[in-house]
Amino acid sequence: MGYQLSREQFDRFLDRLQDDYRVFGPALDSDKGAFSDTDRITYKNIRRLDDLELNRKSYFSPKEIFFPIRETLFRFCEGEPTVPQIDDKKIAILLRPCDSNAIDRLDAIFLENGPFEDFYYKRRRENVRFFLIECATGFDSCWCVSMNANTTKRWDVAFRFGEDEILVDVKSEEFLPYLDDCPQKPFEIRFIYENTKKVRVPEVGEVTLDHFAHELWNEYTARCIACGRCNTSCPTCSCFTVLDAPLGAEKKMGERWRAWAGCHIDGFTDMAGGHTFRQSRGERMRFKTMHKINDYRKRFGKHQCVGCGRCDDVCPQYISFARCINTLSDCIEEGKRK
Amino acid sequence: MINPFLPSKMKILDIIPETEIDQTFVLAGRKPVKPGQFFQLSVPGAGEAPVSVSDFEDDKLFVTIRKVGRLTNALFALAPGDYIFARGPYGNGFDYRDYVDSDLKVIAGGTGLAPVKKVIKHFIANKSIASLEVLLGFKTPQDILYRREVRAWVDAGLATLTVDKAGPDWSGNTGLITGYLKNLDLSNLENCKFIVVGPPIMIKFITIELLLLQVPEENIWVSLERKMSCGLGKCGHCKIGETYVCLEGPAFRFARARRLLD
Ligand SMILES: Cc1cc2nc3c(=O)[nH]c(=O)nc-3n(C[C@H](O)[C@H](O)[C@H](O)COP(=O)(O)OP(=O)(O)OC[C@H]3O[C@@H](n4cnc5c(N)ncnc54)[C@H](O)[C@@H]3O)c2cc1C
Ligand code: SF4
Ligand code: SF4
Ligand code: FES
Repeated sequence: MGYQLSREQFDRFLDRLQDDYRVFGPALDSDKGAFSDTDRITYKNIRRLDDLELNRKSYFSPKEIFFPIRETLFRFCEGEPTVPQIDDKKIAILLRPCDSNAIDRLDAIFLENGPFEDFYYKRRRENVRFFLIECATGFDSCWCVSMNANTTKRWDVAFRFGEDEILVDVKSEEFLPYLDDCPQKPFEIRFIYENTKKVRVPEVGEVTLDHFAHELWNEYTARCIACGRCNTSCPTCSCFTVLDAPLGAEKKMGERWRAWAGCHIDGFTDMAGGHTFRQSRGERMRFKTMHKINDYRKRFGKHQCVGCGRCDDVCPQYISFARCINTLSDCIEEGKRK
Repeated sequence: MINPFLPSKMKILDIIPETEIDQTFVLAGRKPVKPGQFFQLSVPGAGEAPVSVSDFEDDKLFVTIRKVGRLTNALFALAPGDYIFARGPYGNGFDYRDYVDSDLKVIAGGTGLAPVKKVIKHFIANKSIASLEVLLGFKTPQDILYRREVRAWVDAGLATLTVDKAGPDWSGNTGLITGYLKNLDLSNLENCKFIVVGPPIMIKFITIELLLLQVPEENIWVSLERKMSCGLGKCGHCKIGETYVCLEGPAFRFARARRLLD
């Protein structure tokens, strides 16, 4: 069902949602940018249209809304584990097609991989609704088209935000009551089919041992500082570490947490006894690259990377993942010609 | 909804000292488990870590633990009658059927013996394989695990035992385990199967030697160690390529293991 809303009508729509939903969207964090006097776009609670920042890409993805940076798995009390309750209010997230696809990539790990569904992920994820933001042109660092992540069917309500009006397409009936007095107008969301940035992704099977041993990775050993920003800003990075914190003097109480982890960061593979894998940062870059464009695809039949380009936006060393994939493809092409 | 992260309590029935820093914990509990599989053991507040099952019978599970850090220190502070938390078992483990009718050689270094102890015991009791030989290496005589059982295997002519470095009162073999590969009876090589477990460096050199001896890589099994935070295919720490060691491993045919590139 299509609607055309004025800015006031959109604000009223948000107002009506507040009782039943928490609405999140990209918003401005003034002065939180990497440099002084710069802003950062993060995901925040949205109450009015003016809260939204739609002209710039968000620094972080929406994943932390339902996969928190740190989460208590349970508390041990008198030796028994108790699982904390969560706010079970529904969550509507304003996001773009790449991020909608990214959540599908997270779902595969948390809900499909291994014999069990991830209890903690699932109980939050079940409450999530997708408010899709139409991308008119995308941003300079986007390469979603190369990753087949520019289109999606995964949304409940889709929006085109114009200067004075907002066009709306409602797919999930649960949202119809919140718009029932708004003017109807047929509207169908469009997707973009070209980005300025283009990435050539190798086919599965084209990556061989030679490309693992290739010198292209050495550059990253010299440049990467293992800060992990590319991991934390990535909408599809799902890794975490489990850790315990003791509480009270008796040591009979404690909490078990999980917290985001990243394959670029020191300690990710450390084992007792001091053994560690992928010590050089080039090896970590290679591991991440293979994971995002090769390994995951072998396992789940689709790329993990959705081409949102955030890793390139946030890297303090100006390392471009897009360029890395293209360099890898160049090496493969070169090998074929030989 | 099942919460696979929730551990359950297991009572410690007995604690058997093995070495200065290794203890075997006997836990009460009946769980269907295969050798080579592991549990996520934890002490509230101290942490959680993967530990292989080293033996099991009726209503008892055995785990052998080396005291190396925060969690294992907390485990060593416990006494019979106390409880630990456990979830699992996880991983594939060794499948007895893979070795039927073969001349099985088990090569274990140090604590690597724990995950295959039950395999050895099983094939001693159960005659489904053609023959069994065991090669065991430890750093020093003080590091030898399961002394009573190891002694019995050596006395029965089933096992060769060596230590890297011996003191004056050691009359047995000394030197690296790789040096004793030649003691194995490999006359019927096509029928030989190998299980190799131990520190990564030992696995590396033993497998190099075996391949030089023309052992097909499908006839070698290894057990890999990785950092693991979940055992459930979620946390990502154990992933190599498209393989999750906690799900598809930790036991792998070498044909696959050697293609796992970090
Ligand atoms: C499948 C599998 C099966 C296992 N089976 C067994 C088993 O049967 N028995 C057993 O004892 N263990 C087993 N382990 C290993 C076991 O999980 C670890 O010993 C355990 O995690 C140690 O936890 P901890 O909290 O006691 O040690 P931690 O406190 O986490 O640290 C252990 C030690 O390692 C050192 N260390 C850690 N990281 C580094 C580093 N980067 N550089 C230098 N030193 C470092 C620390 O200083 C500390 O001394 C297994 C592991 C796996 C993956
Ligand atoms: S990557 Fe594609 S879907 Fe995502 S913001 Fe850029 S253009 Fe839009
Ligand atoms: S953001 Fe850049 S410097 Fe930081 S870990 Fe990633 S690639 Fe390395
Ligand atoms: S241990 Fe967490 S994914 Fe394997």
